[in-house]
Amino acid sequence: MLDARGLVRRRLGLRLWLSGGWLLLLLFAALLAPWIAPHNPLEQDLFTSRLPPFWMPGAEPGYWLGTDSLGRDVLSRIMHGARIALIVAFIAGTATMLIGATLGLIAGYYRGWADIVISRLIDIWMAFPPVLFAILLIAVMGPGLTSVIVAIIVIDWTRFARVVRAEAMTQGAMDYVASARVAGQRRLGTMLTEILPNVLPTIGVLLTLEMGIAVIVEAILSFVNLSISTDAPTWGGMIAEGRLAIHQAWWVLVFPLITLFLTVLSFSQLGEGLKDRYDPVLR
Amino acid sequence: MSAFLSIRNLSAAIRGGPRLLRAVSLDVEVGEVRGLVGESGAGKSMIGKAVLGILPRAVEVVAGEIWLDGVDLLRLRPAERRRRIGATAALIPQDPLTALNPSRRIGRQITDRLVDILGWRRGAAEARALELLNEVRVPEPERVMRAYPHELSGGMRQRVLIASAFAAEPKLIVADEPTTALDVTVQKQILRLIAQMQARHGTALLFVTHDLGVVSKVCGSLSVLYGGLVVEETSVRDFFRAPAHPYSAALLAATPKYTDPAAGLNPVPAAVIDAVRAEVAAADRNWPHG
Repeated sequence: MLDARGLVRRRLGLRLWLSGGWLLLLLFAALLAPWIAPHNPLEQDLFTSRLPPFWMPGAEPGYWLGTDSLGRDVLSRIMHGARIALIVAFIAGTATMLIGATLGLIAGYYRGWADIVISRLIDIWMAFPPVLFAILLIAVMGPGLTSVIVAIIVIDWTRFARVVRAEAMTQGAMDYVASARVAGQRRLGTMLTEILPNVLPTIGVLLTLEMGIAVIVEAILSFVNLSISTDAPTWGGMIAEGRLAIHQAWWVLVFPLITLFLTVLSFSQLGEGLKDRYDPVLR
Repeated sequence: MSAFLSIRNLSAAIRGGPRLLRAVSLDVEVGEVRGLVGESGAGKSMIGKAVLGILPRAVEVVAGEIWLDGVDLLRLRPAERRRRIGATAALIPQDPLTALNPSRRIGRQITDRLVDILGWRRGAAEARALELLNEVRVPEPERVMRAYPHELSGGMRQRVLIASAFAAEPKLIVADEPTTALDVTVQKQILRLIAQMQARHGTALLFVTHDLGVVSKVCGSLSVLYGGLVVEETSVRDFFRAPAHPYSAALLAATPKYTDPAAGLNPVPAAVIDAVRAEVAAADRNWPHG
């Protein structure tokens, strides 16, 4: 029994280490990109175009992951792209959480007309195809980082609202909420001290998931050229460009794709790992 | 209105639906232990919840008065009602597993009520919580104060809840089936503990239960409910000696007797059920709201 638990603990630890490690590495690369990236991500050089990654014949030293059709260094572009990906992940993720979780908490705990309004809003929202909705929004607002972030918030707040509402309803029916009410606790106070702490682990997991989703949405929007200006490197933009030369230079597409994949996976695993570790109910 | 808690002709109904309480009247004197007994759905928990102002959203009080310490709660504004209930009453809930907030430490859950709502100093509240945990015989109270609910057994949690209920010295406690969710062996200890605490603190107790054995151990008087109607109100001694209402008699006879296995099980006879249902229907005929 003890042994089995010990084993589970160690595995959770590995998951946290791997996902956290990757995200820290990414954060580090993004913060220091201007100083540690081997090349200027925008520098074009047709003499070094479509260089393969370092282990293949024809590779040039200094261009670790090769170059694209215009001779720009793939590694440097991925590092600079990480800045935009992480900015979007943190800002859009947090803002989406704040708005969605607040509305979900109010709907789930206060019920009544607040719940009716918020729930119908969620229903209406979810009937829109999300990517088309985002593209429409950006078409109206014009491309740019702010538009991308706003689009993610507007599309995805329902993800938090739905789940948090359901959780808040479950918690609201518990006897400890009744006890708090009997003791004279006000509704808002009850929501913040009794309900919120029990919903927080779920909100945390959703937040990390949302950060991953934000990275994907930003990549999709860059892919269709609706994110920020085309010359700033983004993972989605790189994938789009790489797609055109997939047979001649697969690395232009594959490396940003792997980075994207690992990042999104790490965000979701980080959330689950943290929940397993710090949720007092599971611990 | 001499009684400490006096419920007068209280009727409650599901919004736009059937009545759940049918002109219930009952008194609980200072320091009295009154049992509320009846089958599932008889409305016994509803009465406790109405007194504490925690009726489910779908249920509303449609008529009647609830006098607590000389004030009709139903005439107060919600904030004032909550303040008064918080200052005079407390709840010992049914299921100790859901009655403590799983993500907060035990100590905070006991002391927060004292600090935030009654304005105690944190240190005084902590001393009080320790004193009560000792009184309900929780081993290692200092450790328990720092523990999360899941670290304690069901019986231990119920002790914590009892300590928490008595912490602010309420004059009335509603115990809503406080032993139903516990092991039979633990039930007995918890019952004895509630009885001891009640006697020592002189708290009036409204004891909701479906278990007549529990009533005979703890209560001094009891009200028998059927279909939201009080069919009999009597002292425990009289009830067990000679129940006045046929339904009460049948309920008492239906209690299995371990000392006399030959007696077997005696379900409440259909004729008695029909009679008491007719009474419930009669109560609804006099109901002006239809």
